[in-house]
Amino acid sequence: MTANNSSTETGDLFAMYKEMLRIRLAEERLAALFADGAVPGFIHLSIGQEAIAVGVVSALNADDTVASNHRGHGHALAKGLDLSAFYLELLGKDEGLCRGRGGSMHVADLSKGMLGANGIVGAGMSIAVGSALAHKSLGGGQVAVVFFGDGALAEGLLHESINLAKILGLPVLFVCENNGWSEFSATSEQISFKFESLATGYGLNYMCVEGNDVRKVAAAARKQIADTRAHSVPSVLECKTLRVRGHFEGDAQKYRSMDGTEIEDHDPLLVAARALQADGMSEDDLAEVRRLIDVEIDLAVEDAKKGSTPDFADALADVYAHQAGT
Amino acid sequence: MEVINYGRSLNNALADAMTDDSRVVVMGEDIGAAGGPFGVTRGLLEKFGSDRVIDTPISEAAIVGAATGAAMSGLKPVVEIMFMDFSTLAMDAIVNQAAKAHFMFGGQRPVPMVVRTPHGGGLNAGPQHSQCLEAWFAHIPGLKVVCPSSAANAYGLLRAAIDDPNPVIFVEHKGLYAKKAEVENSRSSQIIGKAAVVRVGTDATIVSYGASVNTALEAADLLAEKGIEVEIVDLQSIQPWDRDAVLDSVKKTNRLVIAHEAVEAFGVGAEIAATVADIGFDYLDAPIVRVGAAFMPVPFAASLESGYSPNASDIERAVRRTLD
Repeated sequence: MTANNSSTETGDLFAMYKEMLRIRLAEERLAALFADGAVPGFIHLSIGQEAIAVGVVSALNADDTVASNHRGHGHALAKGLDLSAFYLELLGKDEGLCRGRGGSMHVADLSKGMLGANGIVGAGMSIAVGSALAHKSLGGGQVAVVFFGDGALAEGLLHESINLAKILGLPVLFVCENNGWSEFSATSEQISFKFESLATGYGLNYMCVEGNDVRKVAAAARKQIADTRAHSVPSVLECKTLRVRGHFEGDAQKYRSMDGTEIEDHDPLLVAARALQADGMSEDDLAEVRRLIDVEIDLAVEDAKKGSTPDFADALADVYAHQAGT
Repeated sequence: MEVINYGRSLNNALADAMTDDSRVVVMGEDIGAAGGPFGVTRGLLEKFGSDRVIDTPISEAAIVGAATGAAMSGLKPVVEIMFMDFSTLAMDAIVNQAAKAHFMFGGQRPVPMVVRTPHGGGLNAGPQHSQCLEAWFAHIPGLKVVCPSSAANAYGLLRAAIDDPNPVIFVEHKGLYAKKAEVENSRSSQIIGKAAVVRVGTDATIVSYGASVNTALEAADLLAEKGIEVEIVDLQSIQPWDRDAVLDSVKKTNRLVIAHEAVEAFGVGAEIAATVADIGFDYLDAPIVRVGAAFMPVPFAASLESGYSPNASDIERAVRRTLD
């Protein structure tokens, strides 16, 4: 029994490790493409925060919904966005998930329950609350999740959204990815309260975990989501993490003194790899995983580069949904 | 045919839409037990229950944001924002989220939702409870803006707004809620984007919408006493607006006045005037004249507010200017 459990947990961890690595490598490739000028606009990378996206989504069903934020690539990929369609979107191609109209800050696949990254800090909160309202109303038993950073704790919409969800009894999990930074400023200089005090003040079930350990995130998320789903109530999960890169790619981070070793020590991939190796997985096994993901990314990027340029007239004709689309 | 007031017409539209489609929910402040500050949602809670008639806290931003998320997840929410002035608190949800979700996500899903909200003065409600802000929303690609002028078109336009796969800002006028009109006993919806000619005339065209249509009709009576016959086009929908109907009328009368209660500067009238001056230039025998409110916050005192709001004589004078 113990052995079986351990093997199941290792199996879960291995699957989560692969997913985290996939997100990491996909974003690193994106950074390289961005540096080459192939990706237009702004990109905000979630490098170092993959355990939160993967751990939380591992506790969701496929038809549960997720609202994300500007640092949303990890959430989107964890929720099942097709990698080619993801790169196609980021390269501004017509075959992209959003037909080249959204880009990095708006990656979405509603068919997968991914309600979109969001360019407005905090805006995903009320969207997730509304999605939870639909879930409750339509009776399908789904839950909604919103991912937001600690910078968003300063947004008034947090109060309105949590209160509304609590008053209406909506199945929504608020996940705060606390990486210590509110864009270019330290959150410690921006926020005068502990999120825990706030959340418990509303009577919400609050948990805080080491957000760079995917096992801990997954276990906590399972607990919160089970409660949220069973009782149709909002709950909160705060995940302590580290933002490895700047606010956006290209941010020189002059406002920040970096401690590389601390970041490396807590790298969610290393944390997971160490646990897998302790359980008997070899360096070679892990290297093989990486090789296969690299191949997948190579193919996806190659595919994306061949995408077509979106047609302006097509886009202009699609500002409004047409009646048949209902 | 039956004679009912504007509020009842809207209430019937909500009730019928909720009966016909279980995905339609209404939500807002004091709309359930209290029946809405203007009574538009009266009786719906008793009929449809609290899962579909949702009383919310005073949280405009979260209400409209939640409606957006709900619309993306399978519902057709109809939100009430108690006064149009309060829509400022929900601007991100309306402008950055709801308006863009269909386009920005590559047309993956429609966002079928309605934000009902009353505008307009005449109640001495002061600077923060009287504004007509429809031009702001008409400026945002992705939003539709509808504004019924009477009980007769309120029902069909609200049904159309609820049926529409896009976010619709549905602007009601506080001064019209109690006003009665003859309405058809049908459950049919109108077409958003179609204007109605509510008075036929040959000498000049007055384009208007909402409660100002009544002011235009009063002006038309004053002008008719002097032998001037104006045609009145009720836009019904501001975004999109019915260019063909306006141009057809101007082609016939060769003179155009646009009248609305909203502040004249940078308003709906400016858009229509610019369009007609461009593609309808050859039809015009006189400069286009706009009638709108003075460029000031809506004042409280009755003496001040009556100076602020355009009245029938203002419109009458404007028509005369086009005939000089």
